Amino acid sequence: MKYVDEFRDGRLARVVRAQLEAEVEPRRSYRLMEFCGGHTHAIFRYGIQDLLPAGVQMVHGPGCPVCVLPVGRLDMAIEIAQRPEVILCSYGDMLRVPGSGRRSLLKAKSEGADVRMVYSAADALALARAEPDREVVFFAIGFETTTPPTAVALRRAIDEELSNFSVFCNHVLTPAAITSILESPEAREIGTVGIDGFLGPAHVSVVIGSQPYESFAEEYRKPVVIAGFEPLDVLQSILMLVRQLNDGRACVENQYTRAVSRHGNLRAQRLVSELFERREDFEWRGLGRVPYSALRIKDRFAAFDAESRFAPAERRARENRECKCPQILRGAAKPHDCKLFGTVCVPENPIGSCMVSAEGACAAYWTYRRHETLSLKA
Amino acid sequence: MSTPPRATPAERIELAHGAGGRRMTELIDGLFKRHLSNAWLERGEDSAVLARPEGRIAATTDGYVIDPLVFPGGDIGSLAVHGTINDLAMAGARPFALTAGFILEEGLALAELDRIVASMAAAAVAAGVAVVGGDTKVVERGKGDGVFITTTGLGEIPPGVELGVERIAVGDVVVVSGTLGDHGVAVMSRRAGIAFETEIVSDSAPLHELVARMLQRVPGLHAMRDPTRGGLAATLNEIAVARGVGITLRADRLPVRDGVNAACELLGLDPLHVANEGKLVAFCPPDAAEALLAAMRAHPLGRDAAVAGTVTAGPPGLVELETGFGGRRVVDWLAGDQLPRIC
Repeated sequence: MKYVDEFRDGRLARVVRAQLEAEVEPRRSYRLMEFCGGHTHAIFRYGIQDLLPAGVQMVHGPGCPVCVLPVGRLDMAIEIAQRPEVILCSYGDMLRVPGSGRRSLLKAKSEGADVRMVYSAADALALARAEPDREVVFFAIGFETTTPPTAVALRRAIDEELSNFSVFCNHVLTPAAITSILESPEAREIGTVGIDGFLGPAHVSVVIGSQPYESFAEEYRKPVVIAGFEPLDVLQSILMLVRQLNDGRACVENQYTRAVSRHGNLRAQRLVSELFERREDFEWRGLGRVPYSALRIKDRFAAFDAESRFAPAERRARENRECKCPQILRGAAKPHDCKLFGTVCVPENPIGSCMVSAEGACAAYWTYRRHETLSLKA
Repeated sequence: MSTPPRATPAERIELAHGAGGRRMTELIDGLFKRHLSNAWLERGEDSAVLARPEGRIAATTDGYVIDPLVFPGGDIGSLAVHGTINDLAMAGARPFALTAGFILEEGLALAELDRIVASMAAAAVAAGVAVVGGDTKVVERGKGDGVFITTTGLGEIPPGVELGVERIAVGDVVVVSGTLGDHGVAVMSRRAGIAFETEIVSDSAPLHELVARMLQRVPGLHAMRDPTRGGLAATLNEIAVARGVGITLRADRLPVRDGVNAACELLGLDPLHVANEGKLVAFCPPDAAEALLAAMRAHPLGRDAAVAGTVTAGPPGLVELETGFGGRRVVDWLAGDQLPRIC
């Protein structure tokens, strides 16, 4: 495939690998977190871990929107979907995720709820225009990447005075989650395993730019390299992080220059800030309540906000105590440290957030590295 | 002066078409028999009576519920013929008879049914197989999805042909007959909600002649499967588990069209999980691999045949891929369908 194959070239990979091997200091450990599920997926899909020197360890962050959505919010979506007048539109990967009592949107659909899979907020908007007698609700999830398309759909609905369209907003913010990880007990306590540097998100950074990460680099002395999603992007970014750490530098570098600028997409940012505001806090599955980490629709546009329109009951669901997802997401544990991994917790029956979507760390270990992970566990 | 109203034949399927009366006879005689005509159907008996073949008989049954009914490179009619023939061919059988049951939804345009049955007949003629019996039922509007087809296929296994998963051995070479994922991508490209432009057409095709060539050249072939739903990944996982062996694939050896790669990239899919309807995967001893490849490449349906990997001692049940990037990963099967109703 043109424009992509060059970023998957095995020969170039061997060159970068040789550089990594030459530059990684023996006996030093480099614990690097890739925040994004997209990076986790690329690392496993291409077997990048096999190319890394022993001292370099990847820690898999919480950057998968399906994984971090708390069960309570999913329960609210199911409640909205069960209203007879509602057509609930959702991205496909949300449909199978079990909520409380193992109930999923797919299950609600089989019981009669009108749940439709869409590929974009615009599809949901088109459905609202085509079905004026039904209430079309778009179940919006995702990081800064998917927020602007939701904003565009919302803006159009407002401008068209489309009275049967609303958004159940669950958009979350990357920088707040990274701060939460850096402020976690594991990261602050001296002598415990921490994270030495971050592979910054690719698509999120296209929207927000590289600037928001500058504070992590400065305040927490952690290098950040914004990395593209192709395997060679990831490998090169790891090399860039290793070089920063070797030099004692902690700054924001941009490997993904073909798409990311310092200030990002200002037009998208303006549209988002016009329609949305920060919630005081929001629960993240695995991280708990994180201050100012999510968006809600501004009161002015409450008519288009499914939460005010249908007032689903606020819910909090209890997570399984044995589940190690919170520690895994902060880099304090690996999937094989969890009792549930591969026994009761498998992709067909996910117990914790990291097993929920294909981009979660546990799902990736299970899907791509099952054999060695289970043998480590034994 | 207006012309007096004339009795016109129904343009859409009505419940009466399945009620056993005159309307049903009209449908069977005027549409099904017109396309599928042969001595067995003309007799109109409740059963087709067939001469007993000399060899062993392979029997298979299959259902077709694909959405959309017509897709680039085929339709539900030709697909039903090819799919049934391929299941027989994977046992090394030469197909000789099919039967087909049609579940029609009230409201289906007769013109569309006519196209589908014509296509089914053409596929059967091209493959040299007769449709010797059939059945039609009509369900109320909303209770079906246009047409569902179920088939039964009978084939004759020539003497000396012994294929089966139990014959697969460590060291066997895994050969695929051509590009992966064409059918799934072609169907997805016409799906409401995700339709996209692609030059990819379904690979739907009957594989029995290719199989006959393969067996002629390499009689010691161990096993064959057609990787339909779930793609090559599902088929190889099934085999690895059933036989208690490992399988290692090499990413750089897998034939995948650029258009399939591009569509999979766009939709977040893996071509290894995408369905095929005219491909097979064969297992043979390593010393026969070259002869097998040559035989396959000499046939149009095996032109892009390639060695995709090998059978290993383990870990049992594990299918792995050596990525083009230099690492390894497990090739898993999917927890659920990537996309339902593709065949």
